[in-house]
Amino acid sequence: MARKVFVRVTASFDTDGRITPLSLVWEDGRLYTIDRITDVRKAASLKAGGMGLRYTVIINGKQSYLFYEGPKWFVEGK
Amino acid sequence: MERVILHSDLNNFYASVECLYNPSLRGKPIAVSGNPETRHGIVLAKNYAAKACGVATGNPLWLAKQKCPDIIFVPPHYELYIKYSETAREIYSEYTDQVEPYGLDECWLDVTGSSALFGDGPTIADKLRERVKSELGVTVSVGVSYNKIFAKLGSDIKKPDATTVIKRTRFKEIVWPLPVNDLLYVGKSTHKKLLNYKIKTIGDLARSDKHFMKYLLGQNGVMLWMFANGLDTSPVSNIGAKSLIKSIGNSTTSPRDLITDEDIKIILYVLCECVSSRMREYNFICSTVQIGIRDNELHSYERQGRLSYPNRTSKSLFNKAFELYKQHATGKPVRSLSVRACGLFLSEHEQLSFLPEISQIQRQEDLERTVDIIRSRFGHYSVGRGIMLTDKELSNINPKDEHIIHPDIFLRR
Repeated sequence: MARKVFVRVTASFDTDGRITPLSLVWEDGRLYTIDRITDVRKAASLKAGGMGLRYTVIINGKQSYLFYEGPKWFVEGK
Repeated sequence: MERVILHSDLNNFYASVECLYNPSLRGKPIAVSGNPETRHGIVLAKNYAAKACGVATGNPLWLAKQKCPDIIFVPPHYELYIKYSETAREIYSEYTDQVEPYGLDECWLDVTGSSALFGDGPTIADKLRERVKSELGVTVSVGVSYNKIFAKLGSDIKKPDATTVIKRTRFKEIVWPLPVNDLLYVGKSTHKKLLNYKIKTIGDLARSDKHFMKYLLGQNGVMLWMFANGLDTSPVSNIGAKSLIKSIGNSTTSPRDLITDEDIKIILYVLCECVSSRMREYNFICSTVQIGIRDNELHSYERQGRLSYPNRTSKSLFNKAFELYKQHATGKPVRSLSVRACGLFLSEHEQLSFLPEISQIQRQEDLERTVDIIRSRFGHYSVGRGIMLTDKELSNINPKDEHIIHPDIFLRR
């Protein structure tokens, strides 16, 4: 079972209203830049308990999920 | 062309949402319950683990605890349920514009016209299940049939996360052995009447004589007979279609029994103000006021009376409601009260009048409209009647904003 970790996110909003997360700040204060987004879809997080827009992101070569559960962002922590 | 109707039912809706948001609850018996301190302590929804112990919706918490000592009670989160319900409807509406909600957790879909695009009924049903599971994290069961009644029965047959098809050629095998009270609109008293005549299953009802059913239950009997024989033709309404509002009412179970007239007055004022303000929102006026009383022995009854002049001020509603109460009170302490405005019509064309009664109503209306505006800007408790201050425990409810759930009515008679 994963923890629901709310994170601070810097994102860009394009003129159509599409939101692209650029970086996130982990709970220990470290900043991670999002290298690439490979998928965006509505999805539930069974592991952490939540529902929203799920971004599949690549950070430092590793894949993870970043959820936008308006107005907050969370990730599935260990 | 035969219609293709789906009925989608979110399984153990409230409990499933709670388990999704709190993964530590999963697999354990849980019940979403009202607050026992305000005497709303009943089971609103339960998951399968709790159901297996015999816990039923409506059970008081002590009984649920007795049946299932390990049960975990969690408080409800209505905002979350409403958000889930809306998101599920958004998914449905990608497949058809005929989506008719029935409460928060159920919907009918008419996909007759979309099968060329998305596949036949069962295919769409499976897609819906798949999407709800991945996008919402909860499950639905879907019934597929050629009318709304059988589609609804179908969604109840296999749970959770399953599709059940009831075809015209095979409905007798599937539907007829089911107990008759599984049928929509066979409630407690109808069920009792039917049992008196040994009508136990839907098949018994279908095979009985139509005229006999009319004699026994009136027009409703004919309707049920048609349902049982698969002859229901009621359409699935459009997404945009607002259901016809027939009455506006609110009820509450008070934190303690109401004994004195002052107690009754406080609750009646709270309810009347809410009903009155909702009528202004929808631009209705009413001609009849109905009150419902449930005493501390859980015996309940309803009484109604006409207003001398149709209007919607909380003052007139209250006066009529209190008059009805005084007329019909049994003297027993009251547990819950309801106020309902009936005989609604739109107040589009108002006749201005010099009659003192009517101009007084109009002045009162202006006053109450102002109170509504103040409340919408500064909060519900920013302005209120003096009587509310005499007992803050009782007056501390705001039925309007806290939760009003609009069940869409199936019958629009």
